[in-house]
Amino acid sequence: MDTSLSWIKAYVPDLSCSAQEYTDAMTLSGTKVEGYKEFDKNLDKIIVGKINKIEKHPDADKLVVCQVQIDEEGTEVQIVTGAPNVKEGQKVPVVLEGGHVASSHKDGQSEDGFKIKKGKLRGVESYGMMCSIEELGSNSNMYPDADPDGIYILSDNPEYASAAVGSDAIGLLGLHDVVFEYEITSNRVDCFGVLGIAREAAATFGKKFVPPVVTGTGNSEDVNNYIKVEVENPELCPRYTARVVKNIKLAPSPEWMQRRLASVGIRPINNIVDITNYVMEEYAQPMHAYDLDTIEDRKIIVRKAAEGEKFTTLDGQERELDDTMLMICDGKKPIGIAGIMGGENSMITDNVTTMLFEAATFNGTNIRLSGKKLGMRTDAQAKFEKGLDPNNAMEAMNRACQLVEELGAGEVVGGAVDVYPVKKEPVVIPYDAGKINALLGTDIPEEEMIKYFETIDLIVDRENKTVTVPTWRQDLERIADLAEEVARFYGYDKIPVTLPKSSATTGGLTDKLKMEKAARTVAEAYGFCEGMTYSFESPKVYDKLCLGEDDMLRKSIRISNPLGEDYSVMRTSPLGGMLYSLANNYNRRNKNVRLYEIANVYIPKELPLTELPDERTMLAFGMYGEGDFFTMKGVIETIIKKLGLDGIAEYKPGTSRNYFHPGRQAEVIYNGKEIAYIGEVHPVVQKNFEIGERVYIAVIDLKTVMEMPSCIVKYKGVPKFPAITRDISLSMKKDVTAGEVEEVIRKKAGKILESYELFDIYEGSQLLKGYKSLAYKIVFRAQDRTLTDDEAGKAMDKIISSLAEKEVVLRQ
Amino acid sequence: MKDKLKKIMDTAIEQIDATEQLDKLNDIKVVFLGKKGELTSLLKSMKDLAPEDRPKAGQMVNEARTKIEGMLEAKKKEFEKAVLEEKLANEKIDVTLPGTKLPEGHRHPSNITLEEVENIFIGMGYKVVEGPEIEKDYYNFEALNIPADHPAKDEQDTFYITQDILLRTQTSSVQVHEMEKGELPIRMIAPGRVFRSDEMDATHSPTFHQIEGLVVDKGITFADLKGTLQEFAKKLFGEETKIKFRPHHFQFTEPSAEVDVSCFKCGGKGCRFCKGSGWVEILGCGMVHPHVLEMSGIDPEEYSGFAFGVGLERIALFKYEIDDMRLLYENDTRFLKQF
Repeated sequence: MDTSLSWIKAYVPDLSCSAQEYTDAMTLSGTKVEGYKEFDKNLDKIIVGKINKIEKHPDADKLVVCQVQIDEEGTEVQIVTGAPNVKEGQKVPVVLEGGHVASSHKDGQSEDGFKIKKGKLRGVESYGMMCSIEELGSNSNMYPDADPDGIYILSDNPEYASAAVGSDAIGLLGLHDVVFEYEITSNRVDCFGVLGIAREAAATFGKKFVPPVVTGTGNSEDVNNYIKVEVENPELCPRYTARVVKNIKLAPSPEWMQRRLASVGIRPINNIVDITNYVMEEYAQPMHAYDLDTIEDRKIIVRKAAEGEKFTTLDGQERELDDTMLMICDGKKPIGIAGIMGGENSMITDNVTTMLFEAATFNGTNIRLSGKKLGMRTDAQAKFEKGLDPNNAMEAMNRACQLVEELGAGEVVGGAVDVYPVKKEPVVIPYDAGKINALLGTDIPEEEMIKYFETIDLIVDRENKTVTVPTWRQDLERIADLAEEVARFYGYDKIPVTLPKSSATTGGLTDKLKMEKAARTVAEAYGFCEGMTYSFESPKVYDKLCLGEDDMLRKSIRISNPLGEDYSVMRTSPLGGMLYSLANNYNRRNKNVRLYEIANVYIPKELPLTELPDERTMLAFGMYGEGDFFTMKGVIETIIKKLGLDGIAEYKPGTSRNYFHPGRQAEVIYNGKEIAYIGEVHPVVQKNFEIGERVYIAVIDLKTVMEMPSCIVKYKGVPKFPAITRDISLSMKKDVTAGEVEEVIRKKAGKILESYELFDIYEGSQLLKGYKSLAYKIVFRAQDRTLTDDEAGKAMDKIISSLAEKEVVLRQ
Repeated sequence: MKDKLKKIMDTAIEQIDATEQLDKLNDIKVVFLGKKGELTSLLKSMKDLAPEDRPKAGQMVNEARTKIEGMLEAKKKEFEKAVLEEKLANEKIDVTLPGTKLPEGHRHPSNITLEEVENIFIGMGYKVVEGPEIEKDYYNFEALNIPADHPAKDEQDTFYITQDILLRTQTSSVQVHEMEKGELPIRMIAPGRVFRSDEMDATHSPTFHQIEGLVVDKGITFADLKGTLQEFAKKLFGEETKIKFRPHHFQFTEPSAEVDVSCFKCGGKGCRFCKGSGWVEILGCGMVHPHVLEMSGIDPEEYSGFAFGVGLERIALFKYEIDDMRLLYENDTRFLKQF
């Protein structure tokens, strides 16, 4: 939404402020000004000059030498120009030596404008410049009488012809003006019109708001003899007003109207079109004009379209409609898509003699959805979508007819058609100064609040302590809304600054967030950098991971309106994101990359989704370069311990994960449940992601970890009694795992087992083929006494005999 | 006797002084102090002296022994010191050689920023909670006073899964979950991932993070909201930070405000980060709309509250002067290792 300052001043005549003051004050009272453009920013020393004499340039055919009078006293300066349209006796804008213009004939517009110096043109001295409208920073939309190819001849315009020579030409042209750009929030439908903003400006600056006075219009005829209106769907069209104008005289609209429209970016067309646009800007009420002679049966019917109905809008496009969309029709055919665009078949042409003005309100949601389905977005639609005030429609209609009469654009027929079955009544809200102050934390007197209410045209009933809210302020419904009105005119900046005095609360992280923090610390200590990837990915990832057809990871949730196929499914594992991130690094030749991510995955309970999925937080680790499977395993072991699981985690060799090396993957089992998995990425998968080195990945399922009995760290005492250490070297077939041996040690050593450690692995010539040897250091200790050799010996015997059952024997 | 002793002593001193090797000292010790050493034999020869002279002679011999022992010890220390010095001299290293490379882990810049924010609010008694990222329409919109077909719904470019299950567009949804628990008072922040269907570019991402804040209690005021956010801004950006509240509109708060902080790069003078204005918009906030309280089963006549929502990346990008949001999701270690 844009307005010029002069347009605002038309309704707030006492307003006097700079562009910056206006910007700051309006923003702080709730009408945010995003920026502004000053028309006279680069204009300086530009006066009305009079060309007294024109002579040929001695050395140039296309140049002339002018003697230009620059004050009432008759002072002349010599100016050389190449403009073809100058004549003796004309008044023109002249920039004097040392002055500024916004653009130059040669270089176009410039941010800082151009300074005019005296100079010589083909040897003849020139002390200034006569200006075109572009050099004055404007254009022929705003100044339609300006010659597009030459100097702006002021004296050709009766309005300027009598201007005093030497007077300020910028002021004369109304260029001491500013256009503001606003960000209007969707609740303030009224501020999508100049009048709404002017009302806010008046309230903000404490000045009087003077809206246009709309007088009775129309001749002695009755509009009902010209047109009948039927609304079949009043729920979609709460109000439809119509008036008729005959004997239309199409002509350009007056310059002041063209200039206001052009200043906010609307191209002037002719008086009728300009009036509809002007009223739309002023009242935030879109209007439409139909050629009455094209309307069959002299009848307007507002109805829903038929499914698949085709219709050509006034931009010449054929549109296909459906049965939710509202159409404006005559007795035989559709003539417009309600609230969006009129039809080619009924549009105003140069031959129009009688027309129908429409000012209606439509259901905002319906308009929005229709526009979306049709792929259209017109200015009118943008306003209707917000849900307009039906009580504003007739005022706008009468204002348009008043302008028709004022501009002599036609003869307005008496009376108006108004289909308005359910009148919208103003809301009455009780106010309570105490409650408002309690909510704001202020101490504002009730009288001051009432003053604020009245400045924005709320009707205050002091006796009953209520305000009646005009229907244009549909955002005001209850006392909290009134509190905001009070706050913004009192000033947000004046509200005190306090801290909640309420009951003390204990803050902190949840257990889950604490765990994430602990995992981060360990991961970073081991050289892993934290990454972040999107929650959605391409379903192609499943094939890259070589997942089987029935793999659970393929059962992912689809987004119905994704950004594209590559972002269409919610991830069921962090693998894809991790591998892409590693590949990204590999591709950029980064060496020894270690990444981790705390990533949520989304596991549907069933597809399609009928309830929310299981969101599980995964701690994912990935690396290539230095380190191997056991580096990764070490990281996982430490993290699991730091997460509070200090029992034994079993690493069960796995084969089920297709994306891992079949002989280098493990499930991490704790308390009988899989809490993590770890593996070397399968060479095929590695290739699919275009990574040229071995990749190791581990994933911890934090949700499962959290289900484990929590481990509260307790001090166990430093051992007081000596330990007994025994080393054994065991020989076994290669396929016996260390895990199996260790399980026996744990089970058979009894309570006195303190720890065990694998310190040597041997495969070689001293053993039978297919055999290996593992050597363990086993430490026994009792907490309450000195252990005897005998006790340790018995424990060792149990271990050895139990191992023998698995054909694991002491190495000879 | 006396002469003999003097001779032995002189010889011993001479020999000790002349020794150049540690193991030779032991030989000297044996020669003079050993069982068959010279002093021992002198002592043995005392039996030839007159009994009255013996104690004196014995004392003299012992003194001589102590003296030789002391000299031997001193000489030994001298040798040991020289050996150590030589060893240390040989062990000299070039300390300017590079240190052993240890793998470096780094936290994501967004999460460093998040932790700072969390710590500020934890210090003010807020708990940190989470809510689902795939959310019901009700929690993301309706319970926040954004009914079906409300234009505000369109403004947010929502990703939908089904008609009423979506990817949350705002962490404000967590407010509702927290209020529905019915445990008052509430002081919480809810950081988390949100989704909007924006194409990614330098300033947009279809995934970003917000931090929602909510306080509900008896007697909570707009002034409390101002105070809380001023405290937050000063702790995050420095004591000098100024804060500006501008009226705004959100469906789930009334009154509502947008908050600018004085630009922490230029201190408010105007620079390229604040586009010359001296102010940077960092969050939206307001008093919880009474209808929102009602929908979550809280009586607005008795309780009031405030809520705010901060864009995490917005702060992180400003703080670290990162000019392209895409860097946050590329996970290039050359980027990540800078934080």
